[in-house]
Amino acid sequence: MLLFSRQGKLRLQKWYVPLSDKEKKKITRELVQTVLARKPKMCSFLEWRDLKIVYKRYASLYFCCAIEDQDNELITLEIIHRYVELLDKYFGSVCELDIIFNFEKAYFILDEFLLGGEVQETSKKNVLKAIEQADLLQESQNEEWGGLSEDIL
Amino acid sequence: MSDIVERTLTALPGLFLQGQPGGGPAAAKAPFSSRLGGLVRGVTALTSKHEEEKLIQQELSSLKATVSAPTTTLKTMKECMVRLIYCEMLGYDASFGYIHAIKLAQQGNLLEKRVGYLAVSLFLHESHELLLLLVNTVVKDLQSTNLVEVCMALTIVSQIFPREMIPAVLPLIEDKLQHSKEIIRRKAVLALYKFHLIAPNQVQHIHVKFRKALCDRDVGVMAASLHIYLRMIKENSSGYKDLTGSFVTILKQVVGGKLPVDFNYHNVPAPWLQIQLLRILGLLGKDDQRTSELMYDVLDESLRRAELSHNVTYAILFECVHTIYSVYPKSELLEKAAKCIGKFVLSPKINLKYLGLKALTYVVQRDPTLALQHQMTIIECLDHPDPIIKRETLELLYRITNSQNVTVIVQKMLEYLHQSKEEYIIVNLVGKIAELAEKYAPDNAWFIQTMNAVFSVGGDVMHPDISSNFLRLLAEGFDDETEDRQLRVYAVQSYLSLLDVENAFYPQRFLQVMSWVLGEYSYLLDNEKPEEVINRLFKLLMSDSISSETKAWLIAAVTKLTPQAQTSSTVERLIQEFTVSLDTCVRQHTFELKHLHENVEVMKNLLPVNKSCEDLVVDASLSFLDGYVAERLSQGAAPYKPHHQRQEEKLSQEKVLNFEPYGLSFSSSGFTGRQSPAGISLGSDISGNSAETGLKETNSLKLEGVKKLWGKEGYLPKKESKAGEEMEASPAPLENAVSENMDQAGTRRDQAPVLAQSKEEKEKQLLASSLFVGLGSESQINLLGKADNVSHKFRRKSKVKEAKSGEAASARDLTCSSLHSPSHVAHEENDYLTALQDRGSAEAEEFPLGSELLDPESVSELPVVGKLSDCALSAPSLFADSDMEVFHPPSSAAASASAAAPVTAEIALASSFLEETTEDVRSGRVEVCSDETVTMSSYKLWKDDCLLMVWSVATKSGSELKSANLDIFPAENFKTSEQPGCCLPAAEAGSTKTFQYRLQVERPFTEETLSGSVSYQRVDTHAVQLEFSVNLSLLDFIRPLKISTEDFGKLWLSFANDVKQNIKMSEPQAALPSALKTLQEKVRLHVVDVRGNEGLLACRLLPSTPSLLHCRVHADGLALWFRSSCPALPDCLSYQCQKAIEGS
Repeated sequence: MLLFSRQGKLRLQKWYVPLSDKEKKKITRELVQTVLARKPKMCSFLEWRDLKIVYKRYASLYFCCAIEDQDNELITLEIIHRYVELLDKYFGSVCELDIIFNFEKAYFILDEFLLGGEVQETSKKNVLKAIEQADLLQESQNEEWGGLSEDIL
Repeated sequence: MSDIVERTLTALPGLFLQGQPGGGPAAAKAPFSSRLGGLVRGVTALTSKHEEEKLIQQELSSLKATVSAPTTTLKTMKECMVRLIYCEMLGYDASFGYIHAIKLAQQGNLLEKRVGYLAVSLFLHESHELLLLLVNTVVKDLQSTNLVEVCMALTIVSQIFPREMIPAVLPLIEDKLQHSKEIIRRKAVLALYKFHLIAPNQVQHIHVKFRKALCDRDVGVMAASLHIYLRMIKENSSGYKDLTGSFVTILKQVVGGKLPVDFNYHNVPAPWLQIQLLRILGLLGKDDQRTSELMYDVLDESLRRAELSHNVTYAILFECVHTIYSVYPKSELLEKAAKCIGKFVLSPKINLKYLGLKALTYVVQRDPTLALQHQMTIIECLDHPDPIIKRETLELLYRITNSQNVTVIVQKMLEYLHQSKEEYIIVNLVGKIAELAEKYAPDNAWFIQTMNAVFSVGGDVMHPDISSNFLRLLAEGFDDETEDRQLRVYAVQSYLSLLDVENAFYPQRFLQVMSWVLGEYSYLLDNEKPEEVINRLFKLLMSDSISSETKAWLIAAVTKLTPQAQTSSTVERLIQEFTVSLDTCVRQHTFELKHLHENVEVMKNLLPVNKSCEDLVVDASLSFLDGYVAERLSQGAAPYKPHHQRQEEKLSQEKVLNFEPYGLSFSSSGFTGRQSPAGISLGSDISGNSAETGLKETNSLKLEGVKKLWGKEGYLPKKESKAGEEMEASPAPLENAVSENMDQAGTRRDQAPVLAQSKEEKEKQLLASSLFVGLGSESQINLLGKADNVSHKFRRKSKVKEAKSGEAASARDLTCSSLHSPSHVAHEENDYLTALQDRGSAEAEEFPLGSELLDPESVSELPVVGKLSDCALSAPSLFADSDMEVFHPPSSAAASASAAAPVTAEIALASSFLEETTEDVRSGRVEVCSDETVTMSSYKLWKDDCLLMVWSVATKSGSELKSANLDIFPAENFKTSEQPGCCLPAAEAGSTKTFQYRLQVERPFTEETLSGSVSYQRVDTHAVQLEFSVNLSLLDFIRPLKISTEDFGKLWLSFANDVKQNIKMSEPQAALPSALKTLQEKVRLHVVDVRGNEGLLACRLLPSTPSLLHCRVHADGLALWFRSSCPALPDCLSYQCQKAIEGS
C-alpha cells in the first residue's frame, strides 16, 4: 500500500512496499496521469494493474491510496479523510502550502496514523497527542541547542 | 494550481519565514527553513523541466559538499536531510545522503534523530545494505528511557527493518509489550506484525503474547493486534476458531458504543475496528456452521445500527454484507444483506454504485437471482460514462454468463475491449472472453469469430495459453466427428478470407494460429487447392512485419501442405528465398523443407494428414547413434562432456566463482515449454511417425495439461478425451525396424542389458520429473504412475538393439536429424555420447544384478516374450514394462499411451542433460511368504512421485491357480492404491502374477508395517489365504529436492517448524564430506551447497513436502538443523539422519 498526494507535482509520497526508484517514478507518473484525466463526477476508485486506487481531491491536492482488491474502498476513502482532518487540526486549517513547507511534519503525522501500511491509531486525539509530545520534547531541546550553537558561533 | 502557489509565493515572500501556522516552532528554525523555502520557491517559480533539473542538481551538489564536510553540525545536517528528502521526492537521486541520514539517526538529539529516522524510512528499502548500520541505533533507542526515542525506534522498526536482524531486537520489542504506556505497547504490537509479515517463523513463539495484546485494556493496542490476527486467520482460519467468541464480544461492545468517545468517527464508533472485526469474522465463519452461528446476532446488530448517515457507515455496511455472504448462510440475514445491496446499487452516489456492483459481483456466485432484481440498473451501468463502472459491470456479467446470454455479454465485453488502451485490462478481458467463448459458445461460426476478435485485439499481449488452448481444442475435437469437421472447415475458411483482406495487420500470435490451422486442416476444403493456401502463406512470409518466430510457424505450415500439393513452384521459390535467410532458425526450417521436398515418399510418411493428435514417440537416448559413438570412441575421440560440465571445468580453471545453481537452472531453463522454435531441440528424437507433432512442439506450442472445456452443451466435465482418439499403427519404416528387432529379441541374453538399461532410463525419468515438478505435474504423475512410460521404454529398447545389431542409421534417422537446427544437433549428439557412456558403465555394474533378478523368472517369462513379437506388428511400441516383468496386453497400453507422448518427449529431452544417475531406484527382491503352492516376493520401486510396491506371486511348478487376489490392509499413515491394468489374468502353472500398489504418505512416521494378505484358489477348489507384511521406513518416501542455494535460503526462512540436533563425532572436521555423502546416499538428501564447514541439504517427502537441513561442523560434532513446512517431519528426519550417520 502506498500513499501520496499531489497536484501534478508530488507533495508527499510514502511507499509501504519495497520498490526500486525507477519503478516508483514510473508508477507515480502513470497514476498522476490517470487520476488527473478523470472527471470530477466519476467515482473515486479505479483499477490499476491488480490493485485498486482510491483517490480523493481536497482543494488543490489529490490524495491517492493503492489497496488490494479485497480491501474496503470506502474505508480507505475515510482513511484519507481522517488524515486530512489530522493535518487540518495540527496545522489549523491546513492548506497546500503547509504541506509543501512542512512536509516532514506531514510525514510524522502520517507515521503516527498509519504504520507499515495499516491503520495504527484511529483516535484523532491520541495521534495528535503523540505528535505534540514529540514536538514538545523537540522544542525544548531545540531551544537549548539553538542557544548553544549561537554561543559557539 | 501551480500558478496559484506561484502567485502566493511571490506575493508573500516572507510568509514561511515568519509565521508557520500551527505548532511549528518557527523562530528557531527560520534560517534553515528559509533555505528549504528558498528551494521550494525556486522550484515552483521555474517553468521548464530543464531549469528545474539544473536548479536541483546545483542544490544537490551544494548539499553533497555540506554533508560530507566534517565541520557540518548535526543541526545543519538535519536541514540538509529535509532538503534531500525534497529532492528525492522530485525524482532526483540523492543517494549520497543515505549514509548521513543513518548517521543523523545515530548521533543526533531528539529532533535530529527524528528527521534522521524519517529520512531513512523514506530513502531506504527493506533490503538495502545500509540498513544494517541502523540496527545498533535501533537497539540503543529501544533501551532508552526516553519515551519519544523508544517510539521513534519502534516506528522505524515497523516500517523497514532487515529481516536477518530481527533476532537482535526481538527480545527488546517483546519486553515493550508489557510497557506501561499504551502507545509503546501499540507500536510494539505493530512492529511484531511487521515481523510476522516478513518472517513469520521468527515470531511464532510469541503467539501467546498476541492474545494478551488482544485483551489489552487500551483500545489502540487491541486494534493493533487485530492486524496480526487478520493476517494469521487468513493463513489458517481453523487455528483460531476458539477466538470467535472474543471477536464477537469485542464487536458487540464496539457496535454498542462502549468505547471511549474519541474513537468515534463522525459519530460512528471506531469504524476501522468494526471493519477489521467483520473481516476476521467472515474468514472464521467461512463454511463453518457452528462458528457462524455465534456471529449471526452481532452481524444483525451491525446491519441495524449502521444508520445511513455518512460514507463510513456504508463502508461498514459493505463489509457486513460481505461477511454475511462469506459465512455459513442464514436466510434472514441474507435477505437483509440483499436489501442493503439494493441501497448501494440504487444510490445516486457513484462511489456507492460502484461498491454495489462489486458486492453484487461477489454475491451472484451464491445467488444469481439477485442480479435479476437489479437488471435495469446493471443495464444502465453498462453505458455509464465512467469506464470504471462499466468495467465492474462487465465483471459482474462475466460471473453470470451462461449458454443463453453468452453472445450478448461477450459482445459487450468486446466493445469495451476495443475502447481500452491499457495493457493490463486487455490481457485480463481477453482471457475472460476466451474462457467464456470456450465454455458457452452457441455455434462454430460464433466461436471462431469471437476467437478471431480475441486474437486480433489481444494479439501479442494476451496469455499464451489462450492460443494453445484454442489449437488444442481444434486438434482434439470433441465427441461429434462432423461437428469437429465443421469447426475446422469454418476456421480455415475464415482465416483464408482474413488473409485475403488487403493491408490488414494481424498480431504475430494470431498469424501463428492461422498458419497452424491452415497447415493442418486446409485439406478439408474441397474448393481450395493446397497450392493456393501455400501461395497465401508465402505472401505472408515475404512481408516485413512478420517476426522470425511466426516465419517458423509459416514454414512449418507450408511443409505440412507440400505433400498434398500437386505442383510446387511456390515451395521451390520459398526454398530459394529462405535457404539464404540470415535467421538460423528460419534457414533451418527451410532446409528441412528442402530435404523433405526432394523425397516425396518420406515426406508423405512423415507428414500424414490430420494426425496432429497422434503420439510423438521419442528416442531420448539417441541410441541409433550408438554405433557411431562406439566407432568414434574406438578411433580415439574424446568422450563427450555435457555443456554445463565443460563450463564448470572452465570456470574452475579460471578460478572464478560459479554463481550458477549447479546444473539445475541449465537444464530446466531450456524446457519451460514456451520458447522460440530455435530454443527447443527436439530434433533427432522424433522417430518417424509423427513428426507433425514434433513440428508443433518445435514451434513452442504448449498443449499438455490443458483441460478441454468446450463442448456442445457448454462446460464439459473433464473426461478422457484421449480414449476416443484413433490410434493407428506407426508408419512402415519404424514398424519394420521394430519387428526385426523383436525377432532378435527372443533370447535371454539380450534381455539382461535391456533390463539394466530400462532401469537407467527410469532413473533419468525420475530426475527429469523432479526437474519438471510444477511444470506439468499433472501429466507427469500420469506418466510415472501408469503404464504410460511403457511405450517410451520399449522404443528405447528396440533402438538399442537396432544399434547393437549394427544397423546403420536409416533414412528415417536422416530425415529426423534434419528436422532441427544444426547447432542443436551437434550439441545433443555430444550430450548423448556421454549419456551413452554413462549407461555403458551402468550396464556393466548392473549386469549381475539384472541377470540375477531375471533368473527365477526367466522360465515363466519366456512364453510371454514370445508373444511379444506377435504383437509387435499391431502396436509396435506399446508394451513391455520397464522391468520386463509385467507385460501388458496391448489394448490397455494403447489406450493410455497417447496421453503420455508429448510429456515423454519433454522428459526424454530433459533426461539427456542428467548425468548423476547413480541413485538406485529399486530395492532387492525379498520373499515375504510362501507355502507349498506359491511364493510371494516383493520389492520397492522408489518412483519419483510415490513408492511403488510390487508383489509378485509365483506359482510353484505343478500347481495351477484359478485366481489370486491381493488385499492390502489400510494403514494409518499412508494410503495405498492399486495400479490398474498391471496384472496378467493368466496364472498357469509356474507363472507369476504381479500386483503393483502406489503408496503415498499422509503423515510423517519413522517406521511402519504394511501388511496384507494374498488369497488364491487352486484348481481343486481349495481356497487358501496367506498373510504377509512389509516394513516401510520414512526413507522410502524421501526424495532429493533439487534446488538452488538461493531458493534454499528463501525456503529456509519461510518454514516454521524446526528441530536441532547434535551428533557427537570423533573427528568432526573431517566428517562433513563423509556425513554429507552418507546423507545423500542413505537418506536421499540432495546436497544443495557446501560452504566451509557448513552444508545445505534438501529433500522432499512425497508427494511434495519440502524439508531442509543445515548442518554445521563444530568442535565436538555435527549440528543438524532441520526445517520444514510440515510439523512432524523434522523430528522424523532428524531421527533417520542420526541413524544414518551413526550407522556409517
